[in-house]
Amino acid sequence: MYFRIRAASLSLVIFLCFLFAWHVLTADRRVAADSRTLSPGERSQLLENGMPESDAIGYAQKGLTYEQILQISELGLSLEDIDGAGGIEAFGFTTGGAAEEARTGFPSPALVWEEAYEQIRHPFYDKGPNDKGIGIQLKYSLLRVGAGFFLAVLIAVPVGFLVGMSPLVNLALAPFIQILKPISPLAWLPVALYVIKDAEQASIFVILVCSVWPMLINTAFGVASVKRDYINIAKTLELSPMQTALQVILPAAAPTIFTGMRISIGIAWLVIVAAEMVIGGIGMGYFVWNEWNGLNLASMIFAIFVIGFVGLLLDFLIGQLIRFSDYKE
Amino acid sequence: MNLQNDPFDPNIDVWNECGERGKSDEAVPTSVADFVVSPKEQESQEFLSRRSFDSDDPQSVAHRAIENSVMKGVFQTDLNRRRFLKAVGSSATFAAINAMIPFGSLQAMVDDAMKKIEKKELKVGFVPITCATPIIGGHALGFFEKYGLKVDIIKTAGWAVARDKCMNGEYDASHLLAPMPAAMSMGLGSTSQDWRMVTNVNTNGQAIVLANKHKNRNDPKLWKGFKFGVPFEHSMHNLLLRLYVAEHGIDPDRDIQIRVIPPPEMVANLRAENVDGYLAPDPFNQRAVYDGVGFIHKLTKDIWDQHPCCCFGISQRFIDENPNTFIVLLTAILDATNTVEVSQNRVAFAEAMAPRNYLNQPSAVLKQILTGVFPDGLGNIKRVPDRISFMPYPAQSMGVWILSQMKRWGYIQNEINFKTVSDDIFLSTEAGKAMEAMSDKNRNVKWTDIPASKYPVYDVYGKEFDPNKVIEYINGFSIKRS
Repeated sequence: MYFRIRAASLSLVIFLCFLFAWHVLTADRRVAADSRTLSPGERSQLLENGMPESDAIGYAQKGLTYEQILQISELGLSLEDIDGAGGIEAFGFTTGGAAEEARTGFPSPALVWEEAYEQIRHPFYDKGPNDKGIGIQLKYSLLRVGAGFFLAVLIAVPVGFLVGMSPLVNLALAPFIQILKPISPLAWLPVALYVIKDAEQASIFVILVCSVWPMLINTAFGVASVKRDYINIAKTLELSPMQTALQVILPAAAPTIFTGMRISIGIAWLVIVAAEMVIGGIGMGYFVWNEWNGLNLASMIFAIFVIGFVGLLLDFLIGQLIRFSDYKE
Repeated sequence: MNLQNDPFDPNIDVWNECGERGKSDEAVPTSVADFVVSPKEQESQEFLSRRSFDSDDPQSVAHRAIENSVMKGVFQTDLNRRRFLKAVGSSATFAAINAMIPFGSLQAMVDDAMKKIEKKELKVGFVPITCATPIIGGHALGFFEKYGLKVDIIKTAGWAVARDKCMNGEYDASHLLAPMPAAMSMGLGSTSQDWRMVTNVNTNGQAIVLANKHKNRNDPKLWKGFKFGVPFEHSMHNLLLRLYVAEHGIDPDRDIQIRVIPPPEMVANLRAENVDGYLAPDPFNQRAVYDGVGFIHKLTKDIWDQHPCCCFGISQRFIDENPNTFIVLLTAILDATNTVEVSQNRVAFAEAMAPRNYLNQPSAVLKQILTGVFPDGLGNIKRVPDRISFMPYPAQSMGVWILSQMKRWGYIQNEINFKTVSDDIFLSTEAGKAMEAMSDKNRNVKWTDIPASKYPVYDVYGKEFDPNKVIEYINGFSIKRS
């Protein structure tokens, strides 16, 4: 117990160091341009160009150089025109670089928290098909992963059982499994889109394809490595093959099968985000893509944290299944 | 689609859903020329007298433009037009079309179509760039609702996905790059499905942006070894960039590298110094300036003023199955296009498009783009009101220019008939005829972009482009691959 508390404190210290470094590295170093004054000659030139004196003084106070103000006056731009174009602060002249609101570089932790707070406060808002709350996005991603994963279980466990039980099937299927396994599931995406003609089903298919292999291989391995003793005992007890499979082999192989599922769900969660970034529409991947599109790093980072946290949760759930099914020899 | 109760339709055989299609097909004219002799002179007169056109009244001008544009959209193909006429089916419309100018009761026709919308709920795709302003801003400002349509506009991650979702039937219509409907119809890079480019959504609106570290190399002659991004290989962006650098003695295949980067990733790549610059759609040009990453070297407007860019595409099947919906949808788009073209309306569009549901950009950036008052990133303020324009009419010679450049750079290896192919890409000959007639007979219509002919001569970066002398044009370049 004491050991655990020490580990937790260490984790906390690492996290705080990380936050501090992040904060220091992303501190805003932009300096607002100094207020300027215009010489009488400059003022009269601007007046002559038709710029009201108050406008000219206003620009100078915001730090614009005489040349910049002169340019505005020569273009005949009124204050109204400038406001219509987002205001002079958006022109980058008052900060000597990027525009006033432009969040250049990496956002600070405070900024990310601000964004996260806003998102967490309203997780289920719905402002049209391209702007939904993080809760709704998560729901869709999880549903896709759930559907693809469930289908993969339906395929992988029986086939894995067969492969594990029969050396013949094992050898016969080996080349297919070995060739199909290393293909990036995202490479299937265009093919799936083309064949299935439905983005939703295509993404579920991609999840199915990526999560089927670890489960299949682990099931096969688990089934194949059940101790001969158990099977021999089953034979002595005159259990039917079906009974042997369900009551002896399955429980014995369960921890290995669940480990396969644990790997699968991790991969599925990795892949869904990438697939949704490509397909768009709705889901965590789309959310990240949409924020990238707008270069809103703060909410992207928030989304990344959410994705990590949910991944952890999924892993934990299957981990519980493994603990539950584990046995001592 | 039973139009028996149409008050304008006492005589014409209307196609009803029981069939008899072949029979009524014969009763329908098959080309514009067939309308020259009107069966209903008198009605035509009535229709003309009922309408009034006041060039100072914006609504009247807009209506006029809508009417013209609707016919243009409808007149894409014979089949299309026949179905359309069957759907509208009134002799009054016949008479109005016969009058040709000013296309008579189109507004009434749209009203009529609005009463018979087959499919109220539509899905329209868009790629989040300011080119799609008529679609995005149109949605945000209620242009679709105004015409009784419930449209969901769906953000699409890229052009290939947009194409796939169109072909899958997930989208009823979509914002596409100008050459895409033709490519989809011909089955280039996908299965073949008839898609139509029914209208341009924008012209201009792109720019060449360079990274800030190149401020002292703001001259194309100094660009040897640069890496550039373009959004799509077969795009105006790639062709304009190639033309531009080649005119300054840089060979785009040997002296620089051009790679395809999705628009949203442009700024990130520029910041990471993966590319030295790009020719991309807004908002990503102005966004680079706004974020202090790059500067605008040149607007594409200054390479070829009023060059085409994106279009509004719709499937032939949709048009056939929902002729009334199609008219109404197109009218809504054209209404939005015409509205945003007016400079006083642009701030409102910029603000409406800023939220996450639409472009997901700071509104200041969008305002700078749409109003054309913007910093160029080199410390200057620029005022270019037509930095991006929203003009519905494409012209064939634009298509011919695209083909000429594709030939020049070796994308097209075979000998082709430039005009035939461009007719396919842009408008059918029929629509061209209608447009010709319009501009000849009604020159007082101040719709500046109605080309005087199908194949007007353009000035592209200081060189005259005559679509009748394509080969000479291509041979006139010193740097080329063909």
